[in-house]
Amino acid sequence: MDVSLEKIRKAFPETVALQEASFAARTGEVHALLGENGAGKTTLMNVLAGLYRPDAGTIWVGGRRREWRSPADAIAAGIGMVHQHFKLVPSLRVSENLLLGTRGAWAGRREVARLRALAREAGLRVDLDAPVWQLSMGERQKVELLRLLWRDARVLILDEPTSVLTPQEGEALLGTLRALARAGRTVIVISHKLDEVLRYADRVTVMRSGRAVATLAAGEATARDLASLMVGHVPPPAVRPGAAPGPEVLVVDRLSVPGDRRALAVRDVSLTVRAGEIVGLAGVAGNGQRELAEAVAGLRPIVAGRLRIGGRSLEGASVRDRLASGLAFIPEDRQRVGLVGDLTAAENLILKRYHRPPICRRGLLDPRAIRAHAEEALRRFGVTVPPRAPVRTLSGGTLQRLLVARELGENPRVIVALSPTRGLDVRATALVHHALQEAARSGVAVLVISEDLDELLALADRLAVMHEGRISAVLARSQFDRSRIGYLMAGGAA
Amino acid sequence: MIHVERRAPLRPPVAAVVRLAGVAAALLLGGLFLAATGHPPVAAYRDMVSGALGSPYAVQQTLVKAVPLALTGLGVALAFHAGLWNIGAEGQLAMGACLSSWAALTLRWPGWALLPLMAGLGLLGGAAWALIPAVPRALFGTNEIITTLLLNYVALLWVDYLVFGPWADPHAFSFPYSRPFPEAARLPLLPGTQVHLGALCVPALALGISVLLRSTRWGYEIRVTGSSPEAARYAGMPVRRTVVGVLVASGAIAGLAGMIEVSGVIGRIQQGISPGYGYAAIIIAWLARLAPWATVAVAVGFAAVLNGEFALQTSGVPAALASILQALILFSVLTSEFFIAHRVVLRRKRREAWVPQEVPAEP
Repeated sequence: MDVSLEKIRKAFPETVALQEASFAARTGEVHALLGENGAGKTTLMNVLAGLYRPDAGTIWVGGRRREWRSPADAIAAGIGMVHQHFKLVPSLRVSENLLLGTRGAWAGRREVARLRALAREAGLRVDLDAPVWQLSMGERQKVELLRLLWRDARVLILDEPTSVLTPQEGEALLGTLRALARAGRTVIVISHKLDEVLRYADRVTVMRSGRAVATLAAGEATARDLASLMVGHVPPPAVRPGAAPGPEVLVVDRLSVPGDRRALAVRDVSLTVRAGEIVGLAGVAGNGQRELAEAVAGLRPIVAGRLRIGGRSLEGASVRDRLASGLAFIPEDRQRVGLVGDLTAAENLILKRYHRPPICRRGLLDPRAIRAHAEEALRRFGVTVPPRAPVRTLSGGTLQRLLVARELGENPRVIVALSPTRGLDVRATALVHHALQEAARSGVAVLVISEDLDELLALADRLAVMHEGRISAVLARSQFDRSRIGYLMAGGAA
Repeated sequence: MIHVERRAPLRPPVAAVVRLAGVAAALLLGGLFLAATGHPPVAAYRDMVSGALGSPYAVQQTLVKAVPLALTGLGVALAFHAGLWNIGAEGQLAMGACLSSWAALTLRWPGWALLPLMAGLGLLGGAAWALIPAVPRALFGTNEIITTLLLNYVALLWVDYLVFGPWADPHAFSFPYSRPFPEAARLPLLPGTQVHLGALCVPALALGISVLLRSTRWGYEIRVTGSSPEAARYAGMPVRRTVVGVLVASGAIAGLAGMIEVSGVIGRIQQGISPGYGYAAIIIAWLARLAPWATVAVAVGFAAVLNGEFALQTSGVPAALASILQALILFSVLTSEFFIAHRVVLRRKRREAWVPQEVPAEP
């Protein structure tokens, strides 16, 4: 089904998100929508999916002019979207989520059997009986895509679909999407990964500041062309840290950690990070990386093994003891865990030090000290935020930079960062990477856990690969080899 | 097609007009009810207004009525700030009243010693009653909405047992109340007024709670825990201690309201010391958007409606009709608050933005 959007305009109280953006995708193609965060890609697709009502402009679907009263209209017309923030009900099972909202359906045996067949056919392996809260981000992504297929969407829109997947999973997903397009569906992929766009898309539309600036055939474009269309200038390549590593600061010794579902999510894992070094932890989502990070941060119990930071044993210690021994933690969910949405930026910046002088004296908070701390932290890390607004109104990139500013502002000895650039645009990603590299250069031990292998290959001095709760290999920079790492992530022996 | 959309905040004068229009609509509709049942509406409304605010005496009675509403409202709002639903203010108030009544009925102390003790026992009674649901909530995540609500019935039955049994007034022909308190156990009136000393607790607590939330370490912990318990845990905050502390403080405030009610107004403990203050408190706290001073203001307004309703009954309007009027006024206030925050769009062509509900991020 062909779709096109003509001169769409959309303003929000604060900003104009789209200014006469036009876009067209044809039946049978994979069409990439490329652009930085804030360029208007997601807003434009939300207009197509009926989530936003445009202020002006026309939507054409299959040659007919359409107007959506609600997302349900768009779904009925065969347009489905997988959002970057998944729209699943965590407490319901996968099968229940898939059937939710379809007429008269409940998770009966017949429906579940049909779902299973559909999942197998599309190559989306996922446990239909598991409650969604137990699934990793990668697994949730599959559920979302499966839901579109279940509703037989003719136009599939995916917002940053590979940002939570491993390279193999990403390749597989993009392959699936290509096959779906060839079978007569229209696939639109929002992305900011140049290489992925070039390899898998048939055509690319580049957006910048609310406008579609160009549409090119992917075969005729180069990464350099796209990048300059996207940001107006070519982004500098990430710099490799060059410092000689110092003593071991973070020592994880034969650690075992329970998961939400399985008995043990982390089994007998040993890993060390030295001062001044960045260690990357690669793995397919759901192989224990998150549980390992949470156990280090004190948010998950440790059932066996030892954990030391700077020689201090911390297996049974509280979160605050860990903070006191110099641990900074950048959690995966910045909006709900890392930051407090209802508080201002300044109030969020004191989250780790609100209980100590100079912020707090005799139980009272000093507003001047809070303001001074915020100004200093924001200046040091070059972040600008509206001073009085609750942070939930800020963009993802600004939120993450605020979070990084707070964690690094505590002058830690160890930083554990979980998917630190998930969903960020090129510029915000570069700034977060730069901050982590600067921290390593100044002698901090940095552990970056990510499902984006390119990110780890660019940042890490050493790379550990995790599979099914165990670390299968630790590679030095000279041993970095994409295909070998991918093989290890998929469960291959070292 | 009809759409409901959130709107940008209205300017205060416009919002005030919307609120007045809402009340006017309620009065109009209520007038129809009154007229249909043979009560001249204008006279009835005059009775209502004069009963609530028509004389210095009436104003003072309204303020007295507002005291338990404001106190329980403040207590409930404090719990809400930590994300806790304390539906149990009614029972906490009753237990505070019980414990302080014990002192009033058994100790022969002078007032300067007895009243502070009774206040302390009121706080303690409410706090202890809130502690029962607080501990399982903190340890196992037991739903406090249900436990606090159910404990209300236990508390009210306990009061019944006392006033029918061990504390029953031997001269009251088995009416459900205790002997009257001695003079030393009665809160004195503020000089030159009909308002008892307990009223001073209201501004003191409103001030205390606003300072607590805005400027103290504990208040910061409460706000973080209320906004995002995961973030509180991540920051190393003592989440369990905060949960227990806030529920207990919330209960203590309701217990104090109970002590003030028996000592300042009723002068004995009896069945039905509270006509539902603890439930009204929930409405009051939310109407005030949990802000302490606004809670006090809303409580005074609520008290005026209650007293107006009472005046209406004494002038011959049936109690049920008076309750309908009260419900209409409350409904109109809620409706105008809705229209201050939202707007309804009827146009079919060239629609404005349809803003979807904010979708929380996945963990």
